[in-house]
Amino acid sequence: MIAARQSPVSTARDAVLQHVTKHGALYLMVLPAAALVFIFNYIPMYGIVIAFQDYQPIHGFSGSPFAGLQWFRAMFSMPDSGQIFYNTLFIALLKIIFGQLAPITFALLLNEIAVKSYKRTIQTLTYLPHFLSWVMIGGIFIDLLSTKGIINHFLNTMGVESIFFLGSNKWFRFTLVVTDVWKGFGWGTILYLAALSGIDPNLYEAAVVDGANRVRRMWHITLPGIVPTVVLLATLSLRGILDAGFEQVFMLYNPAVYRTGDIIDTFVYRIGLIDAQYSLATAVGLLKSVIGLFLIALSYRLAARFANYRIF
Amino acid sequence: MVERKSPSYMVFLVFNYVFLAFLAFTCLFPVVNVIAVSFSNPAAVAANRVTLWPVDTQVTAYQEIFGNRLLLRSIWVSVRRVLIGTAINLFLITATAYPLSKERSEFPARNIIMWYFVIPMLFNGGLIPTYLLIRNVGLLNSFWVLVIPAAVPIFSVIIMMNFLRSLPRSLFEVAMIDGANHWYILYRIAIPLSMPAIATLTLFAMVGHWNSWFDGLIYMLDSKKWPLQTFLQSAIKAQNELEKIAELGEFEKVRRLSNQTLMASKIVVATVPIVCVYPFLQKYFIKGILLGSIKE
Repeated sequence: MIAARQSPVSTARDAVLQHVTKHGALYLMVLPAAALVFIFNYIPMYGIVIAFQDYQPIHGFSGSPFAGLQWFRAMFSMPDSGQIFYNTLFIALLKIIFGQLAPITFALLLNEIAVKSYKRTIQTLTYLPHFLSWVMIGGIFIDLLSTKGIINHFLNTMGVESIFFLGSNKWFRFTLVVTDVWKGFGWGTILYLAALSGIDPNLYEAAVVDGANRVRRMWHITLPGIVPTVVLLATLSLRGILDAGFEQVFMLYNPAVYRTGDIIDTFVYRIGLIDAQYSLATAVGLLKSVIGLFLIALSYRLAARFANYRIF
Repeated sequence: MVERKSPSYMVFLVFNYVFLAFLAFTCLFPVVNVIAVSFSNPAAVAANRVTLWPVDTQVTAYQEIFGNRLLLRSIWVSVRRVLIGTAINLFLITATAYPLSKERSEFPARNIIMWYFVIPMLFNGGLIPTYLLIRNVGLLNSFWVLVIPAAVPIFSVIIMMNFLRSLPRSLFEVAMIDGANHWYILYRIAIPLSMPAIATLTLFAMVGHWNSWFDGLIYMLDSKKWPLQTFLQSAIKAQNELEKIAELGEFEKVRRLSNQTLMASKIVVATVPIVCVYPFLQKYFIKGILLGSIKE
């Protein structure tokens, strides 16, 4: 029997048809989400062009005059930009460092608790701040930390002068970092505790037989046991180095502390949405995103290299 | 761990128990304090006499705020948002995660689609372009701006996808051999078996929606359409501005006298639902992180 030669067009069409009937349902399932993501995530990416334009809302994207790198130059020549960038980096770094040190220490201490119900209760209580929004926490702390508030009242009775936690440039960053660590340390221990419980108990027993005291057991077994987790979380946190925590800063800051507390995101918010300098704000945001992208790639590379981490 | 109770270790243990209790107390204190303040006499509050328990208990603050129509409206907006937003989220999460959980051999386009969803997590247009888009699409000042743009929480999709992948492949294979199509499998097999993950993601979504305030702030021009936390945010900001101006004067004491209890009661209204509910949620949330994070 001679098989008729099929034309390439019909074969291709058949192949597509076959593909669609076989997988059509799957494509349809993904469609709504894909459409939404396209509209709300991909289209705004195009909006980045306004960083290179002198954007006027009346003229829209296509009508606004081209401005090249004007805004980027303006950004660098602004007196505050260096300070803002420095604030962001400084605050973010402190938060990352203490934000990991605190849960590690806490996890190590928790690990020594033998009474399970006590351990669980403490954990549950320390999770509370994680579930609260910065609006709630901000509202509570603005009052607690005010110069006439309870904390300062307590300090006064101890003979210490009132501290302008939220009102002075000397203390604002400290307050930011401490409140952020407070909010996250309980929750942050989850992964570390999981790592600690994954350490082979036989190692400890062997160490005791070999005569190691508690300190040496901690040094030689416990700490090395959680190093992979620490490294992993540390490298992953690299990507957030320019995210100093917009919601928190926004709730807690005020013009008196802009000098030390203004970060890139709060600056973009004020310039963009309040002053309506759309192009400049977009330019700053773009710069941050690009650096962020580079850092993300770097951090995933490092995590894959040092901690065997694969995202998907 | 093997027990070896030397005296110095006993000291450490005692210190440990106490120290941990202290840390837990610091986490609890601000919330307990704000609840106590909301039920106290404003003069006592201004004199810093309220710590853990109300002083001169009274409910005038609550009477006043429950007469505040803007507050009540914002609570309603938040409730609607939590219910509708979570429902939309769940629908999209399950529908999207199922195809993505298929291997490349079963669904060749899978990897591309995966990247399509992951890229926005790495890079986005930024605040201003997103704002302009929302405006151009006509969602500005509409309730739907609170639930549509954020309708696809990609991180949750990934968690769900990983969960589906952990289910035995044979279940799906057998069903397909028996002639079931994808819709049937999704609806009658995948979803019923994914209840733990779905419970977790539902709670993520609900807490997320309840705590969300920034979108309400920038997209709603009409304060009557604010969700609860946006309302709260603006009340706090307003008081903060006034206090900062008056920080150094006696003037401030007078202002604080009338505002503190009121502000505390507003905060409590937003906070107490979460405080009551979170001990039961935490089991699910923990599972969620462990599911979605480190994979060896």
